Amino acid sequence: MSERGVADELKSSPDVRRMICITCPLGCHLEVSVHDDTFLVSGNRCQRGEAYAREEVLNPRRTVTATCAAVLPDGRHPGPSDGIPRRVPVRTSQPFPRERIQELLDLLHTMEIQLPVKSGDMVVENALGTGIDVICTRSLDASGR
Amino acid sequence: MERYDVAIVGAGVCGANIARRLSQYELDTALLEKEIDVSLGTSKANSGIVHGGFHDNIRTLKARLELRGALMFDRLHEELDFPFERCGILVAAFHEDEMRAIEQLYLQGVENGVIGIEMCSRERMLELEPKLNPDVVGGLHAPSGGILEPYRFVFSLVESARKNGVQVKTEFEVAAARRDGDWWIITATDGRELAARYVVNSAGLHADTVSAAFGGERFTIRPRKGEYYLLDRTTKAKPSKVIFPVPTEVSKGILVIPTVEGTVLLGPTASPARDKQDFATTRDQLEHILHSARTMIPSISENDVITSFAGLRAAYGDDFYIALSREAPAFVQVAGIQSPGLTASPAIGEYVKDLLKEAGLKLIEKRTWDPYVHKVPRARDADPYQLDALVREEAAYGDIVCRCERVSEAEIVKAIRAGHTTLDGIKYYTRAQMGRCQGGFCTYKIIRILMRETGMRYDEITKRGGKSRILEGEL
Amino acid sequence: MRQARYDAVVIGGGAAGMAAAIELNRRGHSVAILEREETLGGILMQCIHNGFGLIEFNEELSGPEFAQRLETQVRSRGISAFLCTTVLDIREEGGTRAVYCVSPAEGVSRIEAGAVLLAMGCRERNRGNIRIPGTRPAGVYTAGLAQRLVNIEGYIPGKDVVIVGSGDIGLIMARRMTWAGCKVHAVIEILPYPSGLTRNIVQCLEDFGIPLYLSHLVTDIVGEDRVEGVEVTPIEQGALMHDKAFRILCDTVLLSVGLVPENELSRAAGIDINPATNGPVVDSMLMTSMPGVFACGNVLHVHDLVDYVVEEARRAGAAASEWLAGYRPEAEIRVKAGANIRYVLPGRLNPARENRLYMRPLIVRNDCRLELKVDGKVVRSIRKAHVQPSEMLSMVVTQADLAQAGRDSVVEIALA
Repeated sequence: MSERGVADELKSSPDVRRMICITCPLGCHLEVSVHDDTFLVSGNRCQRGEAYAREEVLNPRRTVTATCAAVLPDGRHPGPSDGIPRRVPVRTSQPFPRERIQELLDLLHTMEIQLPVKSGDMVVENALGTGIDVICTRSLDASGR
Repeated sequence: MERYDVAIVGAGVCGANIARRLSQYELDTALLEKEIDVSLGTSKANSGIVHGGFHDNIRTLKARLELRGALMFDRLHEELDFPFERCGILVAAFHEDEMRAIEQLYLQGVENGVIGIEMCSRERMLELEPKLNPDVVGGLHAPSGGILEPYRFVFSLVESARKNGVQVKTEFEVAAARRDGDWWIITATDGRELAARYVVNSAGLHADTVSAAFGGERFTIRPRKGEYYLLDRTTKAKPSKVIFPVPTEVSKGILVIPTVEGTVLLGPTASPARDKQDFATTRDQLEHILHSARTMIPSISENDVITSFAGLRAAYGDDFYIALSREAPAFVQVAGIQSPGLTASPAIGEYVKDLLKEAGLKLIEKRTWDPYVHKVPRARDADPYQLDALVREEAAYGDIVCRCERVSEAEIVKAIRAGHTTLDGIKYYTRAQMGRCQGGFCTYKIIRILMRETGMRYDEITKRGGKSRILEGEL
Repeated sequence: MRQARYDAVVIGGGAAGMAAAIELNRRGHSVAILEREETLGGILMQCIHNGFGLIEFNEELSGPEFAQRLETQVRSRGISAFLCTTVLDIREEGGTRAVYCVSPAEGVSRIEAGAVLLAMGCRERNRGNIRIPGTRPAGVYTAGLAQRLVNIEGYIPGKDVVIVGSGDIGLIMARRMTWAGCKVHAVIEILPYPSGLTRNIVQCLEDFGIPLYLSHLVTDIVGEDRVEGVEVTPIEQGALMHDKAFRILCDTVLLSVGLVPENELSRAAGIDINPATNGPVVDSMLMTSMPGVFACGNVLHVHDLVDYVVEEARRAGAAASEWLAGYRPEAEIRVKAGANIRYVLPGRLNPARENRLYMRPLIVRNDCRLELKVDGKVVRSIRKAHVQPSEMLSMVVTQADLAQAGRDSVVEIALA
């Protein structure tokens, strides 16, 4: 069966997922179908497309970036006269399971980071039991520098 | 209840001129404004021109006030520190048959006593303004015409009035008025009340509803919209004089205006507005502006456009309607002030003062009257040595908040302390956010300064009061 | 007025400015960075998302992390960095260059510089530039301003968002606003293809089911005090289909409609500007029309990756260093944009050196060739699997490529 034929056949199947491969700028339009333990990818121009599709279907992950509230050494939140950012940027140390991102964001939005802080400092260790950490991505001393 | 000799309804350019004029006398005067700041109506969105005195016949009230008002600007400029320049006006004709209209304007200008007005050949026109379309066939030159920043003019007038004792009440929207003996009792929509012996209705677009509230004459203001384009100061198409086309029956046409602060303004269009809130610009009208402006100055490019906006003219009849009301006692109507309202406004102040006197108001000159406002140095106007001196006096002059218009933190703080606590108010006072990036870089800085200086919360910061909130939440 | 002198003055302390300054310092020159903000790092500081540094550091970093890597070098090398310092003027005075700047702490300073490096970055196009009609309510912001407000100031500009333009900042902000708890209703793109990277289309829109309307134009903004909605009109065969226009209710419009190099200082100094890039015209040393003044990064042309900015800035720093040491190219050859290329930068090649060129395609195409032609003859050809206007191309042109080229040769880069 030709590649086009597979794709056409799978179009009617509810198990077909379409996606654009983002491994390189070509942006192949992939069609992926999963039947029991078989995994069919079409539309890819190279092997990396198949690997990408497999990862996207079975275990999609994203690097999460967000901010947490900054807290001054005296316990106050920075105000308009402090000249200090109100938020400290953070990110996951590795790509994070996509379906749990909202849960992670809800956690990060309640967190406060005491200044001073250094880029790379641990903010959450083993976030939500995933084994993935959340780290701070900007150094800020208590004067905002 | 607070009691005043005079209450002026509406703090646009007319109300502000009237208030300042009355501040010369021993009077208690209140200036009432429904918006959060002064000059937020018609006075903020117009061509900013001191006209040349040739468009209207001297038999009309508006021509007489225009001619008188135009002469008053040099002194006002000296006293009130607003940007103003007599750059001159050209009316350009592009067909031989338009030259007849030019001649009419010239004769009218001569009859009106305009100084220095001249008929120009094609060569003379191109000599006066080399950027004109070489297809020009001739035109008119009125060297006394000029340009100014209309909102800065109003701000300075109000500051001067306030300095001389006038009470300014913003967010005071007249809801009702009743007579109590010799007094008018004025109620605002928020329930505030005050009493005044005399009332001046200079409510611009809303002069008809204000008149009705006082039992004055019934009339209808029909707003007429004028749309504008603003070009960056880097444009190569900036003329040295205001360029008019030959006027039509209904309007003076689309102008090319070199603003006093260095940008270029194109407009206005003239079309009926849907209602008094219809400040929307439209694709068709904006295309019309570019097309019309290019027939006069071909080098105008849409790439130089930094913003567009619309203003509403408070149109009523052919002439200004300034008179003692025949229906409501001690009530002066100042309505239908369209072009040349800005030019005429200082004379309107004087005229209304005389009407009030005629109606019995006692005018005793105030010995302590101070015509001058405090001059705010501007970083943009300073050379490096002057700026250095400014920073040594006040470090905040060294913090350039608005890079496009070179506005320092010191100027923003002065705007806030002068009572301009919205982003638009600060913009009109300082020009911050008015340049090519339109606030892209400086808005967050201005928000920070506003919060620091006033203690406002993030959700109290607005573009121009009301529901025009800038920030909808915090993380 | 304070006076100072450095071998080189760098205007702008973002990625380009820091990289150029590091290179100059490495080569033994005294350098000062003049930065108008309170911190170094420029726009990177508000780009908290990841995806920076894959080329430069072989790692995926967030914007602030990328900036920190450069800042650490600036600090450890003892390079002078003047913050809260706005440059007022660049002048040629008495055979040298003088930079006038102002800060609250120092007042106005006049800094003499052997070489000046322009690294002021770019600004966003705004509503006026693309002439969206309608009312002027609160709630219309450039995507970059919204990014600043959300990521550093910690405020949410609005809850129901429509994004105009599919540039990368807009796409990144679609995800950012969604993660901040807002609803992004649509992204509206006038072109038939997205302006941003495919990766961002997938991870910032498709992940959240945000619709992307290609070949659509926002034809009206509605609302008195605050935005209440936008009118969106489809474009078919180049014409607006007014009868198919529809309205989307929203309280916020974010504009991601392109970037413009910020060359007001350059213009005021009389430096020639290239209308194709809105950046200065530069020679093979990235030197502008004003001798001793160099340009790099987004002030020269808008780059897609900060890694390219750093690479270019390093070259500008090296070139300025050589210029300070007296090196002048003997004869330069002009290179121009040929078929399907919008611009080539720099516009001049040094036949005695290896040259790196950057260019931006005008077309979207798979399987094509990037060609260097000398007098109509292809001397180098590189296969490209895919090109699109949002992705910059680059080519190294060697001495050998130019062996047959004379001073009057026509050298061009084309896509075939």
